[in-house]
Amino acid sequence: MVDRTPYRKGEPGLSLPSKDMMAAIAATRFGLGARPGEIEAARSDPRGFLQDQVRREGADIPRDDGESTPVRYAAFADLRQERRAARQETRMVAGNDMKPIPLVDAPGANAKSDAQKDVQRYIRQKTTGDFLARAQLAADTEAAFRERWALFFANHFTVSQTKQAASIVIGPFEREAIRPHAFGRFEDMLLAASTHAAMLTYLDQAQSVGPGSPAARYQTRKGRRTGLNENLAREILELHTVGVDAGYSQADVTEFARALTGFSIGRAQDPDIGAFVFRANTHEPGARSILGKAYAQGGEDQGVAMLKALAADPRTARHVCGKIARHFVADDPPLALVKRLETRWIETGGQLDEVAKALIAAPEAWDPTPAKIKTPYEFVISTWRAVGGRPASFERLNPILTSLGQKPFYPPSPKGWPDEAGAWASPDGLVKRMQWTQGFAAAVADTRDPDALARSALGARLSEPTARAVARAETRREAFALLVMSPEFQRR
Amino acid sequence: MTDRSPSPSRRSFLAAAASLGVAVSFVGRQAHAADGAKKLVVVVCRGGMDGLSVAPPIGDPGYAALRGAIAIKPEEALKLDDTFALHPSLTSVHALARQGQARIAPAIATPDRARSHFEAQDVLETGEAKVYGADSGWLNRTLEVMGPGKTEALSVGTTAPLILRGKVQAASWSPGKGVDEAARLPTLLQDLYKGDPLLGPAFARGLETEAMAQAAMTALAPPPAPAAQSGMMMASTPAMNAPRMNQPGGRPADNRQGREAARKLGSTLAGFMRQADGPQIAALSLDGFDTHAGQVGQIATRLTYLDAVLDGLHEGLGPEWKNTVVVAVTEFGRTARANGTGGTDHGTGSTALVLGGALKRGGIIGDWPTLAEPALFENRDVAPTLDMRGLFKGVLIDHLGVDRADVEKKVFADSAGAKAVTGLV
Repeated sequence: MVDRTPYRKGEPGLSLPSKDMMAAIAATRFGLGARPGEIEAARSDPRGFLQDQVRREGADIPRDDGESTPVRYAAFADLRQERRAARQETRMVAGNDMKPIPLVDAPGANAKSDAQKDVQRYIRQKTTGDFLARAQLAADTEAAFRERWALFFANHFTVSQTKQAASIVIGPFEREAIRPHAFGRFEDMLLAASTHAAMLTYLDQAQSVGPGSPAARYQTRKGRRTGLNENLAREILELHTVGVDAGYSQADVTEFARALTGFSIGRAQDPDIGAFVFRANTHEPGARSILGKAYAQGGEDQGVAMLKALAADPRTARHVCGKIARHFVADDPPLALVKRLETRWIETGGQLDEVAKALIAAPEAWDPTPAKIKTPYEFVISTWRAVGGRPASFERLNPILTSLGQKPFYPPSPKGWPDEAGAWASPDGLVKRMQWTQGFAAAVADTRDPDALARSALGARLSEPTARAVARAETRREAFALLVMSPEFQRR
Repeated sequence: MTDRSPSPSRRSFLAAAASLGVAVSFVGRQAHAADGAKKLVVVVCRGGMDGLSVAPPIGDPGYAALRGAIAIKPEEALKLDDTFALHPSLTSVHALARQGQARIAPAIATPDRARSHFEAQDVLETGEAKVYGADSGWLNRTLEVMGPGKTEALSVGTTAPLILRGKVQAASWSPGKGVDEAARLPTLLQDLYKGDPLLGPAFARGLETEAMAQAAMTALAPPPAPAAQSGMMMASTPAMNAPRMNQPGGRPADNRQGREAARKLGSTLAGFMRQADGPQIAALSLDGFDTHAGQVGQIATRLTYLDAVLDGLHEGLGPEWKNTVVVAVTEFGRTARANGTGGTDHGTGSTALVLGGALKRGGIIGDWPTLAEPALFENRDVAPTLDMRGLFKGVLIDHLGVDRADVEKKVFADSAGAKAVTGLV
């Protein structure tokens, strides 16, 4: 099946597959699975098809309600204020009896639970709206590589609903901090992510106070305890920049955490609620050094200077480029590929559009053997794309993604979703994919020609056994299920 | 398009587990897991469980000062001895401790010192001296050396926890709608997957397991024995946090419900273990222990669930409790001092709980380094005095009867410095 016609471009020993195969790879490995006609569109120039999707102005913006982080935080703060007021009332009523009464049984509990429900409803409405809009963009887009690239960085800078207060701004976080910088400088994305309310909330930075700051001294006089929280500092080093093997010490983490004190969010009573605020009075004063580099005292500038130095650190280039190669190509990617990306990163000062182009240009990325298994999100989206459809509601996505272990907006830790084939190709996961596919087939397969669908979804990647199985199926539904569950559709 | 809705009756316990952020894993051996066989349950508490909250050293002069507002109050703590108490949420563990069936190891750690969740969990689960030392889990290697015997693994959920990954193959299962065995599709797909080294075996195992798990779940209500071919099963649900689990506080009503569900989970797991072909070894994980802020409420909620799971296990195992050891451990402890946000940051030494009817009565396991400032590790954490591998090794050798040389060479290679803790059972 694989046409191994040599297609050398100054790469001794590396041959590229045929253009038909490259068109299929462009849509399936670099993109989110082919929509009808997509492979055909990529056929004349598969690399150019992808290069054209790379653009300085960034990734596409999902069509959610478009509310900014400050708008969301302000609305949320109002709802929480109402909830507090309702609770207060409940307590006062309970207090009149001079004995503790369980909140649920207390008179006035209805008011409280209504306010509580409003908060829950607001969170649900915003997160499901954001997630659906993002999934619809992924299903519809003709520039699916651009979207994959943005999703990679959204996962690199994970913010999860496991922290409730961050959940309503995960959508805005991606819109404001990730997507605009997807093909810009990594430094800009790092700064945007590290100063965004969503990240400052998710990793507890907003409340971190320098022990020697004026705010801490004031609080101590009042008998309250405040101080450092090193969560964000550690995860920036370990996950977002230089990586866990970079050789930093606990002292580096602590010093970085001290430098980041003051990075906070406008509060309900502030005019700039939900926006990044530097609170000079919580900043730990003093010059300091991390990773062997000295930084003068300088308030906000000190933390910013450290972030910039981390963005420029060659260990960051290696760490992030290794992740890119693992995500797009193979769990254990060819070293030559990582080296190419890393070199381009360093040459361009972390210019992500250039790194994306280096990935497209790299012959190692076009190996016809598909090493990766689609994540549940990629699998579900690519099934919709195969039929030219899109999910109409959040309820179409949530049950299947949750049961496959990729609950919407709920990555389990700051490390984000796993990326290894072994994590997703589990026995149970495959059975569940099959069951879902059968349901999907019942809804869409009866009006479609399965052979044509197989060709448009997989192009030259369609193997003979799969083509034969599809052609011999007893029903259209069975044919569709075989196509979607085939190894070449599950892999990319 | 049909959206799936799992039948609640048979599968509710695993669904409940998922909503609590609990993962269950069972591992056992063929025909050895019936009543009378020695049983081991390992509970992995993920996120860095604060040992100083699990077993607050209220008699240590340093404790109150270091912890300030987040210290457990002496009048609320459940007293163990002159130095230690248990967190007020650990009522069932405390009741067991009074009968000599629960002990603490208050300054235990893995050999990893990087304070990274991901590295430390790797080291805990692989049982190696350093990260990336192995890509199999020590429980899986235990089964390997305990062989021969046709072993089988069941992982409920999408990803198997590292502690159970390895040569002894694992299947996986979670609440779903079942597979019609007469359908053509599974057979046709098995044909398509023949040449795929990853999808082929995984799918075959998935189909087998689905059938087996259905039998097992049906068999949970009394009478016996699934038609399962043979014995080792493991299960884990994807770690999903319900949002409220990470919120400070956790509301009383939620806690009651959660506690009940967690108890049910423990007793159901016990039910699995008591089946004729049931698992002899089980692993279970509970996440949400990363308490950087608002620790007081958050850890109370998590420990309430931990206590309930353990209580359910104890009760469900009934007469088998005397043959059981349960070990609850975490990847690292947290800073001895409270941080600025009502929480604690990543630290080193933590507390392990060791429970079971098989346990010998005794005091703390390992030495207590105290919280005196010079005694703190790097002037911030509880200094570890006991290598976690020593505890595991002791349990494998003395309780499960695993060959000592195998334990030293194959299960915990490179652990000569971590002497097996003896005399626990």
